[in-house]
Amino acid sequence: MNAFTAILYIIFAPVLGGLLSGFDRVITARMQGRKGPPVFQPYYDVFKLFTKQNAVVNRTQTFFVLLFLVFTIFTGMIFFSGGDILLVIFALTLAAIFLVISAYSTNSPYSAIGAERELAQIMSYEPIVFFTAVGFYIVNGSFSINDFLKAEMPTFLYMPGVFIGFVFILIIKFRKSPFDLSTSHHGHQEIVKGITTEFSGPALAFVEISHWYENILLLGFIYIFFAWNSKFSPIVAISACIIVFVFEIFIDNVFARVKWKLMLQMSWLLAATIVFMNLFLLTLIL
Amino acid sequence: MSFIKKSPWVIHYDGTSCNGCDIEVLTCLTPLYDIERLGVINTGNPKHADILLVTGSVNHQNVEVLHQLYKQMPMPKVVVAIGICATSGGIFAECYNVKGGVNNVIPVDVYVPGCAARPEAIIDGIIKATEILEKKHIEMKQRSKAEKQRSKEKKAAKKNV
Repeated sequence: MNAFTAILYIIFAPVLGGLLSGFDRVITARMQGRKGPPVFQPYYDVFKLFTKQNAVVNRTQTFFVLLFLVFTIFTGMIFFSGGDILLVIFALTLAAIFLVISAYSTNSPYSAIGAERELAQIMSYEPIVFFTAVGFYIVNGSFSINDFLKAEMPTFLYMPGVFIGFVFILIIKFRKSPFDLSTSHHGHQEIVKGITTEFSGPALAFVEISHWYENILLLGFIYIFFAWNSKFSPIVAISACIIVFVFEIFIDNVFARVKWKLMLQMSWLLAATIVFMNLFLLTLIL
Repeated sequence: MSFIKKSPWVIHYDGTSCNGCDIEVLTCLTPLYDIERLGVINTGNPKHADILLVTGSVNHQNVEVLHQLYKQMPMPKVVVAIGICATSGGIFAECYNVKGGVNNVIPVDVYVPGCAARPEAIIDGIIKATEILEKKHIEMKQRSKAEKQRSKEKKAAKKNV
């Protein structure tokens, strides 16, 4: 992976992300016994949002939303050019913080609640994401993603516990039930649209596009769990990505939203037990 | 090609409704009618919405609320009055607390009469509203183009002077 794949990411990630979002809505609808919108509906939504008036509280919020978009793209560029996975994690957290600042800058109570819940979400998933990077380092001896692609065996075989933990926090990152506290994917009412309550028109479109970039990046994380230097690796890895994605949609439709304390407790419990034990055993074996 | 017809987001406000029309509006989201096929999302947030669905009539307490909701929606926007109470006050029109239909407070684009309005009629109303939305969108674009043209001419005139 190199600069060329990074440029491919910048151009094609929103296209693919939008398609993924469309499939998400169709699969959710079919699971609920409905027909659902056309698959290209997210594109229609985003293009429509660009034609709407941008009714802002202040100009700071749009500025920080643009920073959120830019840093999400920047994070994806680092990831897809085979860079340092630690840098990817830190840049992703920084992008999330920009969204939180944007929500706080509106001084609206609903945005403030959404921003606080987003911070609780970041607190919940950071340990496991960090342990994932540590796990990759223990197995592959480096933080560079290009090295992960040349591994002898799929890293998943060394750290199934870390994979379980990562799929768990992916529910938080994809903004799906039961952990969709700050801005839910499917619930559109006031507090639950929390962090994006005060955005309208183009700003909301930028948030949506950033989520598409982020979703492709997260599926990239799943990909590197199943990457090794064999020609079967892409097929296995992409199948894993699809299976995980459909699994997340399934979880979304089955569970109801929980309170933030339970989300924090569950993810930290998982981090402290299964994920940490996996890493500890790896240090003993390797 | 405007996409506003393909993705009309809706906010639903209940005035003095008996909740009959509200239930019919929410029924449109259920698998039997599935209004999401048309791209409709029921957002609870006026800043995200294109169409304001109002059920129930207006009384002294919700005049200000309706006004606020309408003002917070970004352009282009349409209002659909659902049920006969939102259209004209219905059987409560002569009550001392009811001011009448929604058009006393905000400009209404589509009226969907009925008591309670049927989901098929509501969906029909929303489709009519999307066509009006598209017209408003085209008007907005033409107006902004005309304004840009005018400001260009003004600048050119100033330079010549």
